[in-house]
Amino acid sequence: MEFIKTRFNYLFNSTKGLILVAIAMIAVVTAIWGMLSGPMAEMGVREVVIKLFGMDIVQAEREGRIIILYHSIAMAVVAIETYMITGLLKMKPFFKTSINVIITVGYLTTMIFGMSFAYFGHNWAFHGLYISGLSLIFFAGVLLCIALWPWNKEYYITDKDYSRTKSGLDLERTAFFATAVTTVISALFGAIPGAYFGNGFEVFLAENVIRLPEKTTMQYSIIGHLHIMLALIAIMITLIIGRWLNFKGILHKIAMPLMILGTIVLNLGVWGVVTPLEPIAHTIIYVGATPSMFAALLLLIWSWNKLIQDGTAHIQKPNFIQKLGALVRDPLKFGPTWQMLFMNFTTSGIGIFMAIRLDEIFRVWPAREERIELTGHWHALSAIIATIILMYYGDMLGLKGKVRQIYGWSIIFLSDLALGAVTVFEMKRLFISEAEQQPLVNLLMYMIDFGLGMLLVLLAIVMVWRLIDLFKPKGRWTEEMTHELSEEAAK
Amino acid sequence: MKHILNRTLTSADKRGNNFKNSTSIRVIPRPIFPVLLVALLLASCASVDLNAPMPIFDTGIDPNAWAQIPAGEFYLGQHEYIETTGAYEIMITDVTTKQYADFLNAALADGYVKVAERGEYIAGYYPGDPFHGIEHEIEIKAGDWVFILLNDPSQRVKFNGSSFTVQPGYENHPMTMVSWFGAWGYCEYYDYRLPSEKEWEKAARGPSTGSGSTRPFPWGDEIKRENANFYSSRDPFEDMKTFGSRTTPVGFYNGKTYDGYATLDSKSPYGLYDMAGNVWQWIGDVQPQEGFSDRFMRGGSKDTYDMDLRVWVRNSAPPMYYSPGVGFRCVR
Repeated sequence: MEFIKTRFNYLFNSTKGLILVAIAMIAVVTAIWGMLSGPMAEMGVREVVIKLFGMDIVQAEREGRIIILYHSIAMAVVAIETYMITGLLKMKPFFKTSINVIITVGYLTTMIFGMSFAYFGHNWAFHGLYISGLSLIFFAGVLLCIALWPWNKEYYITDKDYSRTKSGLDLERTAFFATAVTTVISALFGAIPGAYFGNGFEVFLAENVIRLPEKTTMQYSIIGHLHIMLALIAIMITLIIGRWLNFKGILHKIAMPLMILGTIVLNLGVWGVVTPLEPIAHTIIYVGATPSMFAALLLLIWSWNKLIQDGTAHIQKPNFIQKLGALVRDPLKFGPTWQMLFMNFTTSGIGIFMAIRLDEIFRVWPAREERIELTGHWHALSAIIATIILMYYGDMLGLKGKVRQIYGWSIIFLSDLALGAVTVFEMKRLFISEAEQQPLVNLLMYMIDFGLGMLLVLLAIVMVWRLIDLFKPKGRWTEEMTHELSEEAAK
Repeated sequence: MKHILNRTLTSADKRGNNFKNSTSIRVIPRPIFPVLLVALLLASCASVDLNAPMPIFDTGIDPNAWAQIPAGEFYLGQHEYIETTGAYEIMITDVTTKQYADFLNAALADGYVKVAERGEYIAGYYPGDPFHGIEHEIEIKAGDWVFILLNDPSQRVKFNGSSFTVQPGYENHPMTMVSWFGAWGYCEYYDYRLPSEKEWEKAARGPSTGSGSTRPFPWGDEIKRENANFYSSRDPFEDMKTFGSRTTPVGFYNGKTYDGYATLDSKSPYGLYDMAGNVWQWIGDVQPQEGFSDRFMRGGSKDTYDMDLRVWVRNSAPPMYYSPGVGFRCVR
């Protein structure tokens, strides 16, 4: 009994244990449900998985199933980010415990009962529990906003290295707060139309209505919701990585006000799609996205500069190669910001290119081609966020030496290979005709499958290692029980 | 390429060695992977044989036959709204290349179509769409529009300067590489028309009465590879290593066995074939929403996954779009 109690205590009462459970849950869902589509379906694996697990797949309910699947994974990611925030930022222990407990129950309920409802027959009690789980996560979000309240004098700072107002208001905390508050509000933009459409079982995927000129307010709300939630998850992970790396100095002072401004304006733009501001909503979104992305760029410049300075401190006049070596010496510290840069090729760049050349190029193609670009675009961003989380998690585990190098570089190489291929796949019509595309599609699919498949294998190895560790009386888990993320953030 | 690769490897080795000596850091990404990747990508862009040998089968289905669709209710869309249509007739298969070539020969003689741009394409008159100047709307003016391109390697209808013929083997395949104007022009020439979305979906799904009236596929609730021609459905016309999917003859999935390949009888309740898969089918609705200049396409194709073969799934494209995966059929 004591054996179970101590492990349970680690898994559900320590930040690192909670993160481990959430990553494991995502890994299991991704591994199983990833076999239901794409090349796995082509190879017949889909049918085997459906039979093996006794899934109940009704053709007319595909869109509903996918929405529940996306939410199940996304809620676990939101939980991970929340654990990181409660572990990194100062807050009252009551809030920390409450938030972690509520969001854990919330995402597990969402995932377990949501997926059971969607794929294993329609037990309506399960659907109710799925909605309850989402509601708990929303409530945890509200609590997080209260816990992060930056105008509490307790959290004022005096250190001039960090972005703050004259009175000492911590602008980094304010950026976390602004992101959390806007996330909670933006969740409503999905919840309200979700209830509306879900109630009549008239679910739809945004990519399937995007080209129709007349959309209802509820449809606009759904489209805005999915865009802003992913953007906010990306903004939050950028703030988390900044805190983990101990982002400070002049660039921090410039970045944090930009992050606050960008987040608020970006949200106002997205919320504007359901108001008479809709015709100029995209312009507001661009205005908001620019400072946010510029703030992320400042984090990148600062962190790369720090890695180079730390890595060449022992060399009097380091040359370019030595600087480059110092930059890439630690893939887990270099990787997150590299992935943010890489995101510009796979996500931001593609998005901006699509927006600029929409009528000349993309609307000349069939809607289905546009759907490929849209879905590829946000799958790539989601995957990049996941890799950044995995790199931070690798550092949390205290990976060292060769294992750290292999783990870090594998994540970077495999994900970039896959996402680079996804990007080429999305844009293939620019340079190859439908009739002649098959060999290129095959190669790209091999690259995507190899990259993502091996990434999942790597994740499985880590999970098996952690599982074995849990059976050891004095395993790594015993150390992780007491260490908090804020103590481990770079000094 | 070999020379470039060698040079890259050598310089990478040198950088790696210097690096190793000076900083004792061992991991540095070498450019061999990007070089290999670029080489593979370039190799995979090499042209494929679009005229590779192809089996020839007689399906026994008459493409000149029409199905009677009675007036009445049916379930429309994924969310199963009850809708009604009047009575009409619809072709039981897609228009074939042979039928289209015959049309072009007759229409050219009549002056209904003309050969334009020194034989590059066939054009015909279209009276234009209403234009509202709404964002993303394309203005479709009255005038001559391209029906089919002649110089595209995927075009199976050939023009020798005076008459149109079909590339041997493709006679009973659906007409593809035809714009919406080309499809509209064919139907118009014979006093037919393209089906509306409602008409198309009713013909695919059947009436609202009787069992299975909410079926997602024309033949029932589930799809198997032998039901239709879709992406990687492993039909005898497909080779995913080279040219990928190709069209199957119209009415191919009728329960017959072709050289050992057994198909399932996949006709719709009204006896239509290929209402799921093979080629997307142009829909006749013009400006179903104000400012929407695209035309809908229904039915999925040889290039799409099975989910796009569900009867309510829409695709759309501007009316000048053409593709090896888009065809049409007419109603009257």
